[in-house]
Amino acid sequence: MPRFVRYLAPLVAFIALAGLLYKGLSLDPKLVPSPLIDKPAPAFSLPGLQQPDTRISNADFKGQVTLFNVWATWCVACRQEHSVLMQLAQQGVRIYGLNYKDERDSAKHWLQMYGNPYLANAFDADGRTGINWGVYGTPETFVVDKQGVIRHKVIGPLTTESVRHELLPLLKQLHKEDG
Amino acid sequence: MIYRRLLLLVILLTTLTGAMAAGLEAFDFSANVNEDRYKNLIAQLRCLVCQNQSLADSDAALAHDLRREVWELMDKGNSDDQVKEYLVARYGDFVLYNPPLKPSTYILWYGPFVLLAIGLLMLLRTLKRRSKQAESGFSAEEQERLKQVLGTEKPDKE
Repeated sequence: MPRFVRYLAPLVAFIALAGLLYKGLSLDPKLVPSPLIDKPAPAFSLPGLQQPDTRISNADFKGQVTLFNVWATWCVACRQEHSVLMQLAQQGVRIYGLNYKDERDSAKHWLQMYGNPYLANAFDADGRTGINWGVYGTPETFVVDKQGVIRHKVIGPLTTESVRHELLPLLKQLHKEDG
Repeated sequence: MIYRRLLLLVILLTTLTGAMAAGLEAFDFSANVNEDRYKNLIAQLRCLVCQNQSLADSDAALAHDLRREVWELMDKGNSDDQVKEYLVARYGDFVLYNPPLKPSTYILWYGPFVLLAIGLLMLLRTLKRRSKQAESGFSAEEQERLKQVLGTEKPDKE
């Protein structure tokens, strides 16, 4: 083994390790990757928030690219995200909501106060649909494609920035796919 | 006075333990669900909200819901592994405190042993080289010269 290799090897190993740890520092441990990505969306059927006698289910997503946004009135970051959802709805993005472990009246009041970006909301009182979708922190936003497959999940509030750079390009791409 | 203080202490301590015990739901442990088995299982599952706590330790709302879910699955006769599979399908391997052995975790499980083997190999090599040097620090030619030098030095001193 040439001499310089012997001296360089520890240096290279050190740099590699430092790089790995540095990368680790910039990762957010709160973001747990979902095993549901690229899998068919879990089946659900729940009463509507505003019309309790209607049912909201996967059938509503069929054939269209849909956002499924998990929110609640007790969730502070949801309030922060709300204006972004309003903008998306204005641009014609289909958004369904999962009102997660909330009070029906407070949720209805919220939509009256701040505007309603949702085509409809499923009312998940006991959070079971949330568990089936792997929800662990609100807000969460799932992107469901025309085939009813979950293609992406945003954990935490949507921001104008992340919508412009990640969400909208993805939606554009999914719109082009066959239904 | 001292009695009143003691009484206060007793009251404080008893209410405190009451508050701590309130975290766990009072489930009806029937024939299907053994309480020890249930407690053992939720201690192996991670709460996703407060990530350094197990489902057994956590008081987060999601932990309550997941404990209910675990209990119901057990009550329906699911095995521990089936309950784990159910949660992994929704939340990923992250819910398990004990990561499973599979290609993506090989480096996690085998990495330390690989490093240990490399270390041992290097140690062996170094030791071998050193012992060789200790046996004969000089080549045959050098030893011949050494003898000459030492041999010629002796008469000088005499």
